[in-house]
Amino acid sequence: MAAPAEEAAGSGPGSPSSARRRLSIISGHLRGSPWAPGREGPSPSPCKARGAPAGPASGSIPKKRQELLKWNGWGYNDSKFIFNKKGQAEFTGRRYRLGGMVLPTFKEWIEKTFGASLEHKSTSRASLNVNDVPPSIISEEFLQDLIATKISYSQDAEDRVFRAHGHCLHEIFALREGIFRRIPDIVVWPVCHEDVVKIVELACKHSLCIIPFGGGTSVSSALECPEEEKRTIVSLDTSQMNRILWIDEKNLTACVEAGIVGQDLEKQLAESGFCTGHEPDSMEFSSLGGWVATRASGMKKNIYGNIEDLVIHIKMVTPRGIVEKNCQVPRMSTGPDIHHFIMGSEGTLGVVTEVTVKIRPVPEYQKYGSVVFPNFERGVACLREVAKQRCAPASIRLVDNAQFQFGHALKPQVASIFTSFLDGLKKFYITKFKGFDPNILCVATLLFEGDREKVLQHEKQVYDIATKFGGLAAGEDNGQRGYMLTFVIAYLRDLGLDYYVIGESFETSVPWDRVLDLCRNVKERIVRECKEKGVQFAPFSTCRVTQTYDAGACVYFYFAFNYRGISDPIHVYEQIERAAREEILANGGSLSHHHGGNFSPFLPDLQGKCL
Amino acid sequence: LLKKFLSETCFGVAVAELMSKKRDEFEDILEERRVSSDLRYAMKCYAPVIYKGLSPCKPNAIKSAVLQSEQVQYVIKQLAKETGESPDIIQEEAMEILDEMGHSMQLGAVRFFAFTLSKIFKRLFQRVCVNEEGMQRLQQAIQEHPVVLLPSHRSYIDFLMLSYLLYTYDLALPVIAAGIDFLGMKIVGELLRRAGAFFMRRSFGGNRLYWAVFAEYVKTMLRNGYAPIEFFLEGTRSRTAKTLTPKFGLLSIVMEPFFKREVFDTYLVPISISYERILEESLYAYELLGVPKPKESTSGLLKARRILSDNFGTIHIYVGQPVSLRTLASGRINRCPYNLVPRHLPQKPSDDIQEFVSDVAYKMELLQIENMVLRPWVLVAAVLLQNLPAVDFELLIEKTLWLKGLTQTFGGFIEWPDNLCAKKAITSGLALHSNIARLVDGHVVLNDKGAEDGAVGEIIFKRALAVLMCGTYRNQLLNVFVRPSLVVVALQMTRSFRKEEVYSCFSFLRDVFSDEFIFFPGISLKDFEEGCFLLTKCGAIQTTQQEIYPTDKGSVVISFLSAMFRPFMEGYQLIFRYLSKEAKETFTEKQFISGVRNFVFQLLEKGNTQCYEALSSDIQKNALAALVQLGAVKKKKIPCVDLLEIKPVAARL
Repeated sequence: MAAPAEEAAGSGPGSPSSARRRLSIISGHLRGSPWAPGREGPSPSPCKARGAPAGPASGSIPKKRQELLKWNGWGYNDSKFIFNKKGQAEFTGRRYRLGGMVLPTFKEWIEKTFGASLEHKSTSRASLNVNDVPPSIISEEFLQDLIATKISYSQDAEDRVFRAHGHCLHEIFALREGIFRRIPDIVVWPVCHEDVVKIVELACKHSLCIIPFGGGTSVSSALECPEEEKRTIVSLDTSQMNRILWIDEKNLTACVEAGIVGQDLEKQLAESGFCTGHEPDSMEFSSLGGWVATRASGMKKNIYGNIEDLVIHIKMVTPRGIVEKNCQVPRMSTGPDIHHFIMGSEGTLGVVTEVTVKIRPVPEYQKYGSVVFPNFERGVACLREVAKQRCAPASIRLVDNAQFQFGHALKPQVASIFTSFLDGLKKFYITKFKGFDPNILCVATLLFEGDREKVLQHEKQVYDIATKFGGLAAGEDNGQRGYMLTFVIAYLRDLGLDYYVIGESFETSVPWDRVLDLCRNVKERIVRECKEKGVQFAPFSTCRVTQTYDAGACVYFYFAFNYRGISDPIHVYEQIERAAREEILANGGSLSHHHGGNFSPFLPDLQGKCL
Repeated sequence: LLKKFLSETCFGVAVAELMSKKRDEFEDILEERRVSSDLRYAMKCYAPVIYKGLSPCKPNAIKSAVLQSEQVQYVIKQLAKETGESPDIIQEEAMEILDEMGHSMQLGAVRFFAFTLSKIFKRLFQRVCVNEEGMQRLQQAIQEHPVVLLPSHRSYIDFLMLSYLLYTYDLALPVIAAGIDFLGMKIVGELLRRAGAFFMRRSFGGNRLYWAVFAEYVKTMLRNGYAPIEFFLEGTRSRTAKTLTPKFGLLSIVMEPFFKREVFDTYLVPISISYERILEESLYAYELLGVPKPKESTSGLLKARRILSDNFGTIHIYVGQPVSLRTLASGRINRCPYNLVPRHLPQKPSDDIQEFVSDVAYKMELLQIENMVLRPWVLVAAVLLQNLPAVDFELLIEKTLWLKGLTQTFGGFIEWPDNLCAKKAITSGLALHSNIARLVDGHVVLNDKGAEDGAVGEIIFKRALAVLMCGTYRNQLLNVFVRPSLVVVALQMTRSFRKEEVYSCFSFLRDVFSDEFIFFPGISLKDFEEGCFLLTKCGAIQTTQQEIYPTDKGSVVISFLSAMFRPFMEGYQLIFRYLSKEAKETFTEKQFISGVRNFVFQLLEKGNTQCYEALSSDIQKNALAALVQLGAVKKKKIPCVDLLEIKPVAARL
């Protein structure tokens, strides 16, 4: 009975066996449950989208992704870090505030931090070699059936390769220097829920695997095709399912197709004066369906909640039918919540097609802020107090000293003598007058949102707490820059890769009393492992506390090193990352707070032996 | 299964690394003291290297941090709830405990010790030799992670010497766990406190408040990297110079911050301190024969000052390689128990943690043994005890040299005095130990003065004293020799050459002697293989897949080894005989010891045994502990006294 379901499981990430195990347990739950919608089977009602006069709304991401986005790196083609003719770092393009600006101190920072040199360049190949791409293996019968559905598809090599990966380091590295051994055999672009139903039916009929593809920003290897997979792999690209189906102002909900990317969702909701407030750092490119499938978390979760708080209703197509609740209500108590096995399933159980989310009126007022602390310990203590008093602003983040210095290195050339004078004065006040050690201090960035009056009141409350922990207000500008940087930082890895520097981020969720120990130990473990593995220059190992909760916090690590002299950098990187994750577990942290992922080698440790 | 295992495993691999140990060179630290001013030395600029994460604080700040800690406060609240006592009163009690316990390290006291100890050490000892490389490694370790110093314990000199050494090398002075008895000494107790000693009661198992305060005190100092923490795994001075089985309480306390990841790592540093002549040698011998140990007192100390005119030879201190606890624990610890309970709650260590702590304790003791310097006199004592009442001097030299070779083959760390020929080395050893043995008419005899005349009882007592004192030196060889020797004994006992049978006898002996010698828990087979490997190496046996044969030329080695351990074989047999024939059904440990002593004494009087060492309370206690472990004797807890009950003894010995 579980056989067709397993096909979808086979399309999952990493080790299919663990996903399969997970699935069979869950389908076991479903079988005994009276309300399991799977029993009713798929309902082949006609697609409203196709043939309707307007057609699918055009989203920000085209079907030919490579026309807009880099094929071998992060983000837009026109936006990247480069070293200009004078040897100064610069960020290109006009999309970000940093665009077109020169970053005078950045080169020195890179050289100092990584021991990297601009002379030693490791260039990616210029374009994909189509001849290397594994051939598309597809049965004629399936193709005939698919053509009959009139769903758009492609067997083009580029289309297939660009949906064979997310943004894990090893994936990008493979694009630049190697090739994937296994990629999807075909890409399909459904435009509505009914299309997905048809595709899944065909997959069952012809025994194929489906890997749902949203924004392609996965960092958990969820898009990786299992090498040993013999069946045809279908990449189901949801990017053309990107309409807001309706907005319900009375209940403040909106029903949206799962393929919409974050920036489009917010843009379109804003036209009606609403927002979801869900802003993960990848929101320019990641999709609503992806958020649901990976249990995503947004920067402003303190006001709007994480995805599990935002979702009211999910429609998911599984090999055995459609799973959805029968109503759109804030809470139910009839048995386990089916949303909770859909969220985090990462496409192993089915394809999320439509999601009803909570919406809020666009806030009247936004204000950034920042606080300098004499050291990381005081900063964490302050965040803990803020969480205790439950007065966290929309976002509050604390970066450690290494990251503070890094942010500093990304400061653009200042326009006027006056600003530079002011900066100097600020620096003097903090380091000389207040006695903060620039090599120890750390910074919290803040974002307030809401009614103007309430924001100001709230701001005062938070700054008052900060003062108690030795914090000094450090201005709106620093705060705003901090948040802007999180979008730009993702582009940095591509620059690093050009100069033998590889790096990645990982994150965890940890009880308050262990935050400091965990941060210190994980950073030290990384440094130690690098040394043992023969990394010649000390790594960049840094963290920030990005979310606060009643019972703990989310900590985000960046880790990068110069790999010159190492023959298999990706393997070394993976060993070190694995050690770092082990360290996190030993310190009482979780394997992930919001990236998600399949960590089958860790599973016996994580959930007890009974699973 | 065992058969398969035995024939498949090859000894060489397991023990090969044992042989290739390279050891550091020694430097004499007294040499400089003899030529430059002690006062200037005591007043020198002392700026030790310290732990990189240290936030400096005063001894009193540590005490108040301990008192305010969640850990202690939790226990105070629990006790208040249970007893109905007000928390303030319990808190006060905790404060008193802390005041009794806490050290108050002061540079002034340290300088006072630096000065007086310089004077005393120069009079007592010829040389104090240290491996400088070990000190350098220690210096490095102290900066990186919290450090725990684990010296061997043979004398009160141990901790004085170690602090003196660290001061000399400009390292952070350790805080030292000392027995509360020192506080009974006027002035001296307080002086020690100021030099960094903190005091623990001998037993506080049942006192939760004391345990919480004590554990938190030690852990606070460790977490802050306040100072290296020093304590003795053996728990007390070994009266026999034979390493005592380890105690686990303090070790598990200092390991806990790492288990809970409050520190990234902790270094454990085994330190071997060996004395050419032990200051307390005769006191120990009396104590072993049942003359009680004098209570620590200042007047006693003053009376003992006449020893200042005596010569105690050379001390060798070998600072071992710091062992990373993180490395030891890697892959062994299930961290779940620590993740699922708030870290400040007192938690009984899980079984695998307890097992791990015990393994680490034994490992550290084995490292101490491995690096323990053996002087020529140790060899002389071993030869002498096999050739009583007298041995020809020339023969003694010959046999000592032969034993030297064998000891080195077995991995013993012999430090032969520079360029001295055997004769001179042995003569100087005899001179140093004239209270134990002397040269009479070209023969070396035990120095049992007064044994010629007097009552029979007195003669036996005197003789036993001499044998035990001499034994103290031979004992230093035993842990190096125990594996091959027990193979030899097993070979002789089984009267069979079949490996399987020899192994089963070896394994039994190992269990019987588990409190007498130091064996790493649970690896009986590996010990057996090591023993066989060493015997093969010195040509005493030959092995095939199934069998073990003594070789013709190996008979000397074999008879020497079995003679070396005969006092223990015979001693245990006497004790078992006493238990099965003479003892009552139930008895206390005290009754048992005096019973065995009388029993053995009578046999010695009648000339029915020559085993003087069976009079030693050490052997008696160890044998009893082994029997309890083997289930032959049962321990019953009755308020105040432990009652022991005999079950039918397995009469295999």
